[in-house]
Amino acid sequence: MAENYYVDSDLSKFPKITEFQKELGDKFFSWYSSVFAEGALTAREKSLIALAVSHAVQCPYCIDAYTQDTLQKGCTEEQMMEAVHVSAAIRGGASMVHGVQMMNKVKKISM
Amino acid sequence: MSSLLSRNSNLSLSHEQIQLLEEAPFKLESFSSQLKKLGHFPLKPTEIDILQINMGKMCNQTCRHCHVDAGPDRKEIMSLETLEQCLEIIKNNNISTVDLTGGAPEMNPHFRWFVEQLSPLGVKTIDRCNLTIITANPKYNDLPQFLAQHNVEVVSSLPHYSQNHTDRQRGNGVFEKSIKALRMLNEVGYAKEGNDLKLNLVYNPVGCFLPGNQKSLEQEFKKRLRMDFGIEFNQLFCITNMPISRYLEYLIESGNYESYMSTLVNAFNPSVVKGVMCRNTLSIGWDGYIYDCDFNQMLDLKVESSAAQHVSDFDLNLLTQRHIRLGQHCYACTAGSGSSCGGETL
Repeated sequence: MAENYYVDSDLSKFPKITEFQKELGDKFFSWYSSVFAEGALTAREKSLIALAVSHAVQCPYCIDAYTQDTLQKGCTEEQMMEAVHVSAAIRGGASMVHGVQMMNKVKKISM
Repeated sequence: MSSLLSRNSNLSLSHEQIQLLEEAPFKLESFSSQLKKLGHFPLKPTEIDILQINMGKMCNQTCRHCHVDAGPDRKEIMSLETLEQCLEIIKNNNISTVDLTGGAPEMNPHFRWFVEQLSPLGVKTIDRCNLTIITANPKYNDLPQFLAQHNVEVVSSLPHYSQNHTDRQRGNGVFEKSIKALRMLNEVGYAKEGNDLKLNLVYNPVGCFLPGNQKSLEQEFKKRLRMDFGIEFNQLFCITNMPISRYLEYLIESGNYESYMSTLVNAFNPSVVKGVMCRNTLSIGWDGYIYDCDFNQMLDLKVESSAAQHVSDFDLNLLTQRHIRLGQHCYACTAGSGSSCGGETL
């Protein structure tokens, strides 16, 4: 067992996941590359979305990778932090909106 | 911030830098062996058509990433005699582009004389202008008119369209002065539609990461500079920071040296090797010595001794046959989409 579950040098080993399942791994990386290419959204916009999602799924590898990537694409710290706030707002909002479910239930079972 | 030299830093010594690069405690494949695998070793020039002249190390700025270790305390300035020798070389050797750099090349007292001599020759002349020199002293305020009069292409560093990023790399107050200078250049016709006067900007990362896609960054810079400041420019050149001199100092002090070198090596792109700038460019130092590029110049790696090493015995034939001197720093020119004084090379 490794001493730490997350090791930063493991990020550069990501492409090696194809060693155990080449066909699916190759398909994943090909699709991944297409997802982040310029399209209806710019690569820069996609990178900021990825940074926000990285925080939502709390993946340290993704946070490292997309912090670097957004900087490379010329994003400012303010833009990056706003993306993190978007992530936090959705996570927080997701909890809060369930308050309606709670209220519905309270109203149904209370006199 | 002052120069490494004025601080008596070990990194002001080229052999100390080379030792750090070539004998790093971490293991990286040597640049030469990468080229051997690709059949590009020894690396040879194609046709030499660009002469990059470093007119001196004196500069009004002391940027944190400067590979020249330039600054106000640096007194090395190219002499009139050396400039005259450069002029003869340009006239006699079919040189199509003369790229003036420094330091701040405009601080060389012979700068205007030299540009006036180049003007009638029909060569493309580039001034690598740091922008703030234009407003630094009243004697430089008419530089935009002078450069426009001689159809000089201006290439200027602006690492970001935000004040915060630019000032962190280039010094407090640099962004505001740069914006003022860019407006002055636009006012005399630079980058204006229907005008041949070219104004190109240079982006290099404010930190230890590689530049992003040049075209995308150019679009973002154009949008923001136009919207926020009404400024126009032609092209954005993305240049990878070279791990030498003051940038090397930053990498070591910030604990990023190993990871940055690994990033460069992992991003090695075989398809950009053919287009590296040292194959069609020669770099001339302030004292007239000849180098494969401005970076080799700062590491005091003169062209190999079988070629003419000084402008006083310039021999294009010998120089075209030379083997280009390589080191681990060369990875900066072959990472990702490639990097040169004209931006991406892919």
